[in-house]
Amino acid sequence: MKLDKLLSQHKTALVKRWFDEVVKTYPVDTARFLKQQKDPFANPVGRTTLNGLEAMFDVLETGVDREALNSFLDPIIRIRAIQDFTPSQATSFILFLKQIIRDTLGKEFQDPDVMASFLNFESRIDDLCLMAFDIYVKCREKLYQIQANEMRNTTFRAFQRAGLVKDVPDEDSPGLRLISPTKNGDCNK
Amino acid sequence: MSDFPKPDELLSNIDRTPPQTDWMDTPVNIRKGMYCYAANPKSVAYTHLPFPHQWNPMDEDWKLPENWKEILHEGFKVRLERFRSFKLFMDICVRCGACADKCHFFIGTGDPKNMPVLRAELLRSIYRNDFTAAGKILGRLAGARPLTVEVLKELWYYFFQCTECRRCSIFCPYGIDTAEITMMARELFNLIGLNIDWIATPVANCYRTGNHLGIQPHAFKDMLDFFVDDLEEITGVRVEPNFNKKGADILFITPSGDVFADPGTYTCMGYLLLFHYLKEVYGLDVTWSTYASEGGNFGSFTSHEMMKRLNSKMYAEAKRLGVKWILGGECGHMWRVINQYMDTMNGPADFLEEPVSPITGTKFENAKSTKMVHLSEFTADLIKHGKLNLDPSRNDNLILTYHDSCNPSRGMGMFDEPRYVIQSVANNFYEMPPNTIREQTFCCGSGSGLNAGENMELRLTGGLPRANAVKHVHDKYGVNMLATICAIDRAALPTLMDYWVPGVGVTGVTEMVANALILPGERERTTNLRGEPLPGMEDE
Repeated sequence: MKLDKLLSQHKTALVKRWFDEVVKTYPVDTARFLKQQKDPFANPVGRTTLNGLEAMFDVLETGVDREALNSFLDPIIRIRAIQDFTPSQATSFILFLKQIIRDTLGKEFQDPDVMASFLNFESRIDDLCLMAFDIYVKCREKLYQIQANEMRNTTFRAFQRAGLVKDVPDEDSPGLRLISPTKNGDCNK
Repeated sequence: MSDFPKPDELLSNIDRTPPQTDWMDTPVNIRKGMYCYAANPKSVAYTHLPFPHQWNPMDEDWKLPENWKEILHEGFKVRLERFRSFKLFMDICVRCGACADKCHFFIGTGDPKNMPVLRAELLRSIYRNDFTAAGKILGRLAGARPLTVEVLKELWYYFFQCTECRRCSIFCPYGIDTAEITMMARELFNLIGLNIDWIATPVANCYRTGNHLGIQPHAFKDMLDFFVDDLEEITGVRVEPNFNKKGADILFITPSGDVFADPGTYTCMGYLLLFHYLKEVYGLDVTWSTYASEGGNFGSFTSHEMMKRLNSKMYAEAKRLGVKWILGGECGHMWRVINQYMDTMNGPADFLEEPVSPITGTKFENAKSTKMVHLSEFTADLIKHGKLNLDPSRNDNLILTYHDSCNPSRGMGMFDEPRYVIQSVANNFYEMPPNTIREQTFCCGSGSGLNAGENMELRLTGGLPRANAVKHVHDKYGVNMLATICAIDRAALPTLMDYWVPGVGVTGVTEMVANALILPGERERTTNLRGEPLPGMEDE
């Protein structure tokens, strides 16, 4: 049997184990809640994770549609990027899938065709992990950016409103020439 | 090749296993991004709170007073005797777990110590150890543990990861108000100088100058004057607000955040337009105060005494100005203080009149004793009686949903008035899922003095359940604006949206009222209060 058939045949079991392993990265009491509560609004972490894993599994089966993968991976990483995880802890759950497939379908690997397809599939998982790394970094950058924005909005805007900020005038006024120009002579407004 | 580790061995080097120990044996790990900076000692000293000192939550030594244990024990004892509710809340929890998964901080962080039951248990364990026979004899078997420095740090860390939103309390079969447990814990921290700066400094400012930001009267007036100029540009009408006017009909008090922080400033412009309209059309005389220039009460996150002190200022000003009653703006915890505590702290305010709308004749029975009426209620009544000339199509560019702010909803039961106002001034409105609104509303994650910049991970994880529901209506109906009636929401939710649901803005309700309101003598408006083109005016 070919790998893609095996994967779709075992999809439910594989995704369930993958989800179970991801959930285990949380404390025991939390893991129980993440698995049991099915309402997506009462349990956004658990349901976002499960939905994302399911959808990513479907995409991985058929190839590497990076845009689709990104849309399913982003919500999961967006959550883990601000929870109590190191960067590797936040992203390594992608790689769990390799071991899960090896454990579940290992005996099929004696067929060289299946083995070759699996190696190919593993590369897709590696690729997904790198995408997770990209998203993680973007989320952290976003976090710092919104911190800076908040600070700017609360102080700078208040100063501006209070008339304490003098903007550079629009026209090329004589006063501007007194400001020392940059190396290439441009006054970068 | 045999020396190479296998892939799963490599992966196992990443320790992803959370602690398996019992909660009492799991030490606190104070993480950056999850706590607020320690209080500036100058602010603590200004309000005469004990032990102002420089300290850092990340340091080993918190520079506690030598007898800190005795102070806390005595403080605990006094509060158990003084507040029957506190004693009850310490005794009656049966750990049924109904509250466990209802806290936005637990849902978002996944940290079991943020389950309300466990957060309260952190303090109950000390109560049992110090004040119950079972705890004294059986110790840990009875769920008791002695107070150590480590335990104190844990208490501090987690009681500043509660926004006192009270969502958990509505699920408790005994009605335990976990917010009040948090309030008690924070009172205890204040006995040994362990407040956070985002609370202590606004409290000191409010105590001295009248508002959290320390805006002095002339600057407060200047800010409103800027808005008056902006409004004239937008509407062609010059609004003339009253300041500290003796004998005015009504004193208006709102959070200072509305005066200084976007997008609350647009709500503030909305207040100005609404009052101008009511003056022109009905002769209603509303005054602002540059002294009682704060509705918010960060004293309520400090101690009962501080809450009382800051609340009294509003009533002292109402008395000085000789107004009939007080109208309150779109604020959060101001309303919890008014509705639940004011009357027994500083009330009854019998020098004021029982509030009656001079325009509609409606008696605000619920404000009979506090003499303070919520603006949404007041506006809803005006609209219901057809007293406002409105053009809702001016808000047609908005696809709205409404976030019930924790305090006006769970703290005073106001659910329908803001919705009625929104649906009267705008045409596109969609509710979020039922288990995320009204009584069950999810907190913004930044209330109770936690709206600082340094605890951003805490705020974003705490705000996840709210944002998740907004994302749902954003994806399903194209919602692009989140309306709310709390200044902390207006400050915190834009950040939350930016991270979780980009493309959704945040607005106060009165901002939309003012956009729809047709003023006598106004010129044709081409922009809304934000200076953005009105629907159909994009090319003007």
